[in-house]
Amino acid sequence: MSLPILSMILFAPIVGVAVITCLPQTAGRMIKMVAGGAMWVCFFLASLMFVNYDWRVGGVQFIEQLAWLPDAGASYSLGVDGISAPLTLLMSVVGLSGIYSSWRIDKRIKEYFILFLLLVAGVAGAFVARDLLLFLLFYEVVVIPMYILIVVWGSTKRVTKEYAGMKLVVYLLIGSGFMLAGVFMLYVLANPAGQRTFDMTVLSQIGQSGVIPAQQQIISFFLMMLGFATLASMWPFHYWSPDGHAGAPTAVSMVHAGLLKKLGAYGLLRVGLLMVPVGFKFWAPMMAAFGMMSVIYAAFICLTQSDMKYMVGFSSVSHMGYIVIGIATADVIGLNGAVANMFAHGIMTALFFSMIGHVYNTAHTRDIKDLGGLAHQMPKAAVGFMIAGMASLGLPGLLSFVAEFTIFTGTFATYPVVAVLAISGIILTALYVLRALADVLFGPRLTKWDALPDLKAPEMVPLVLLAAFLIGFGMFPSLLMNVINSGIEPLTPLLVKIKTAATLCGGL
Amino acid sequence: MWAEFSLTHAWLIPLLPALAFVLISFFLLSSPWLASRLAIAAMGSSFILALGAAAAVLTQGITVEAPFVMKTVWFSMPGLSVDMGVLVDPIAATLLFVVTLITLLVLIYSTGYMAGDPGYCRFFAFISLFAASMLGLVIATNFLQMFVFWELVGLCSYLLIGFYFFKVSAREAGKKAFMTTRIGDFGLLLGILLLQITFRTLDFAELAVKVPAYVAENGAASLTFIAILIFIGPVAKSGQFPLHVWLPDAMEGPTPVSALIHAATMVVAGVYLIARSFAIFSVLPGALTVIAWLGVFTALFAAFIALTQREIKRILAFSTISQLGFMMLALGVGSLTSSMFHLMTHAFFKALLFLGAGSVLHALHDQADIFQMGGLRKSMPATCLMMGTAVLAIAGIPPFAGFFSKDEILVAAAHVSTPIYLLASLAAFMTAFYMARLFILTFLGKPNPHNHPHESGLAMLVPMGVLAVLSVVGGIIPFAMGFGEWVRFGPAHHAGIDWAVAGASTVISLLGFALAWYIYGGGHTRSNDLTIKTGALYTWSFNKCYVDEIYQWFNRTFVGGLARLSFWIDIHALGAVVDNAWRGTGAAGSEMRRLQTGQMQQYAAVMLSATVVLVILLAALTGSLVKGGQI
Repeated sequence: MSLPILSMILFAPIVGVAVITCLPQTAGRMIKMVAGGAMWVCFFLASLMFVNYDWRVGGVQFIEQLAWLPDAGASYSLGVDGISAPLTLLMSVVGLSGIYSSWRIDKRIKEYFILFLLLVAGVAGAFVARDLLLFLLFYEVVVIPMYILIVVWGSTKRVTKEYAGMKLVVYLLIGSGFMLAGVFMLYVLANPAGQRTFDMTVLSQIGQSGVIPAQQQIISFFLMMLGFATLASMWPFHYWSPDGHAGAPTAVSMVHAGLLKKLGAYGLLRVGLLMVPVGFKFWAPMMAAFGMMSVIYAAFICLTQSDMKYMVGFSSVSHMGYIVIGIATADVIGLNGAVANMFAHGIMTALFFSMIGHVYNTAHTRDIKDLGGLAHQMPKAAVGFMIAGMASLGLPGLLSFVAEFTIFTGTFATYPVVAVLAISGIILTALYVLRALADVLFGPRLTKWDALPDLKAPEMVPLVLLAAFLIGFGMFPSLLMNVINSGIEPLTPLLVKIKTAATLCGGL
Repeated sequence: MWAEFSLTHAWLIPLLPALAFVLISFFLLSSPWLASRLAIAAMGSSFILALGAAAAVLTQGITVEAPFVMKTVWFSMPGLSVDMGVLVDPIAATLLFVVTLITLLVLIYSTGYMAGDPGYCRFFAFISLFAASMLGLVIATNFLQMFVFWELVGLCSYLLIGFYFFKVSAREAGKKAFMTTRIGDFGLLLGILLLQITFRTLDFAELAVKVPAYVAENGAASLTFIAILIFIGPVAKSGQFPLHVWLPDAMEGPTPVSALIHAATMVVAGVYLIARSFAIFSVLPGALTVIAWLGVFTALFAAFIALTQREIKRILAFSTISQLGFMMLALGVGSLTSSMFHLMTHAFFKALLFLGAGSVLHALHDQADIFQMGGLRKSMPATCLMMGTAVLAIAGIPPFAGFFSKDEILVAAAHVSTPIYLLASLAAFMTAFYMARLFILTFLGKPNPHNHPHESGLAMLVPMGVLAVLSVVGGIIPFAMGFGEWVRFGPAHHAGIDWAVAGASTVISLLGFALAWYIYGGGHTRSNDLTIKTGALYTWSFNKCYVDEIYQWFNRTFVGGLARLSFWIDIHALGAVVDNAWRGTGAAGSEMRRLQTGQMQQYAAVMLSATVVLVILLAALTGSLVKGGQI
């Protein structure tokens, strides 16, 4: 395809930013329409890309390449494979939903949408980049708008929004500091001076060829893990995440849980597993154990939370645990499940936050103890809550089930104990989800909420869009799984090597 | 032609009600007449197709060994391939017939029972989805497909039990049903995963070949463990002890839902799962023993509780648990035929009992305590007659339906284990007693002057009539037609009545009736005396042996405790470390700031001393390097 579709996906939000910059602060409605329009274009292009991705062929497709910094070996190189194509689609879906979940924003509208679109563009760039430096650039870019969005438009609950925003930034920046060190270690060790490159494909080949000694790989992966696993909110590096969720405005929570955490998991997979496999093998059992801790520990905490956003915040820590475990299996089935769950959880958690956002915008509380019987006043939002909740507890027919079942199958072969404990998470998840649904939606009609409006037309967009993806892919998982598998299956030789290597660097 | 079409289009049987659900949810939520008619039309078509499929099974020689299968890949990757498909054999055909028939009758009944309810359309949508999920489960070709629909059945039961979501009790009951079955699903999911890991397939047909070979080679120990894990799923779904607690509360839903849950959908799913995968269980005697004993214990335990309950639907709920225990015990003693037979006859008379109870509650404006009823035979003769039929059927009086199926279970049990047979007979005695108690207190005796009952309308009575007829002939006709020749596992089961067992069980049931008549026949005095005399036993039975309380205590203490502990750690341990480290950085920063005094002399002094130190260090360093010959 000669059309530079990935660049168009990446620049759609940025063009939106440019247009909004030219609009006056008072043109609130116009600004929202432009932002929405930009994301619709982005979504449309991403869908086109996803549909046209030929999974029978597999490999990196829609490649674009331009010289950038030839001296450093970096180029403007884009492309998607079976792993990043679904995630790019996810980015556009969540981004678009986020715009419509922000429809009630009335403070500094212009700045809000500029920052939000930049945030989405940053995520988009990280997913479509085929150049490591480009990836890192976008990866780091997202933190800045995040911080401003939380501190200016956020809300103060258990902790102040300033604290939440600052904690998030400090955590992520320290994490990325380590991660950058790890990545540059790889960059320097992989090639002699003068021939160095940031090309991801080349770096993966070198990483898998065994040029880099085991010891260095172990150190390099550890440093990367500190960064990526923090972003993926793996226990015990999750501490920034629930406060960040609770402080952030609705759409930022959606992007934060739906996309940013996936970026961390994507980094573990794309940079960690593929470029320093020996280091990965060394740390994988620990990651599996920490992932399992995330699942159980965060699920238990969810039981104690009465602020819905904290609950879903901890719940996303819990669900990210499944993804971390899936990656740590280094198994075709486990990795398939992990990527599928990145997609599934991204959609599901965005839907959850979107519905909570509606309740909070109208009722000005999101405390489970204050709410109740909202199905009377907002039946449509109740349906959204139900779908999100059911996806969260892994109900078949919704995509999350397929993803989780696949992860469990992959994990059972590699880490049976972790698998059993992690699966017991489905009971805890059901406990807290059903409790929240029952206490918020059902029960007697409370007259104090009678004035609350149900979802109106623009706010229906996230519900319809996200639910359609959850149900559609849930009923026909092949549509997604075939694409993902086309990215995972070619890794089989590497994964077999990782599994069977007698010593740490044997065979690699 | 019709049979052939039905068989090859058997996938339409669950699809039609599913479509009805979608159409009602999206377009017909405010047109009750159309919504109910659409649901009934879809279900009726499914019923006709199910009949056709059953006819095809009989005429085309489809047996348990050679089922009709068609399937397609749902999703696949290297090492994991999952199908969705249709499997029709005599077992599935029986269930298809029962489920579509009962659901159809319940839908027709509901047009009368639910009339005027604000959630009328939602009700018909949910029931359609409920039936669709159950039918999808029945025709599953593999464990994962079964699990998918199994969970959807669970979702629908949650939605329907909590149908009156504005009632706190209904909301809690729905949650409890979902939660309890979730515990079972945990075991089931583990079992399924272990099967997938061990055999690389979840297909029933493939497992039926691979499992016996595996047992012959590796022994039964590990597979018995897997089988028991799988069995936890049915324990929860089919209300076996100790995961039965959700079923009595499930009556919070509208009464037609109770009829569906207790008769055709949901609870029999567990029994069906064991039957479907009987090729696995049959080679694992250890697992079968567990199933048999848990079944008979549940049958006894639930019957014991049913003896003293006062709410009409609650008695029926415990009766369901008890009867499910019979079905499980039948499977446990290796008689798939009698289990499926009892499943079918039980579906007829239990649906009738619940619809009859609904008719009574409708007439008495939801007065549910049977001690406040009495004398309804005059005001509700049709309901009384049909309920009476159902009571005779469930007590196993010949020639009613329950007699044949229960007799087969007892015969099978007697062949395997005398203690199980005796305990099952005791449960049968209690069944006859509490059902007679219910009937006597409700319909006989003096009318309660506070009640102003009226007979229900035709929409409710006609479906009950159909079920009443089936409760009479639903046992003898299949029996005469050779049910056991078709629905079986292993060699054909030769139908015949063991007169010793049959006679004994009939006498036992009649004794139960007699005892009930003696106690409750003449007013409440004798029963009140008995309540006082039996003291502790009565209290235990009436309080359902405190199983609920034990769960609540466990949940509060352990789950809640761990939850609070985790949160405490997060805030006070992990959080404290991070926040203190942060404050430490801040403190270090302010210390550092003191160095920036802005005094030139100070800076100059520091620079000078630093230079001196550096020069000396460098000199020493280069010296050592030169000595080493490196430069």
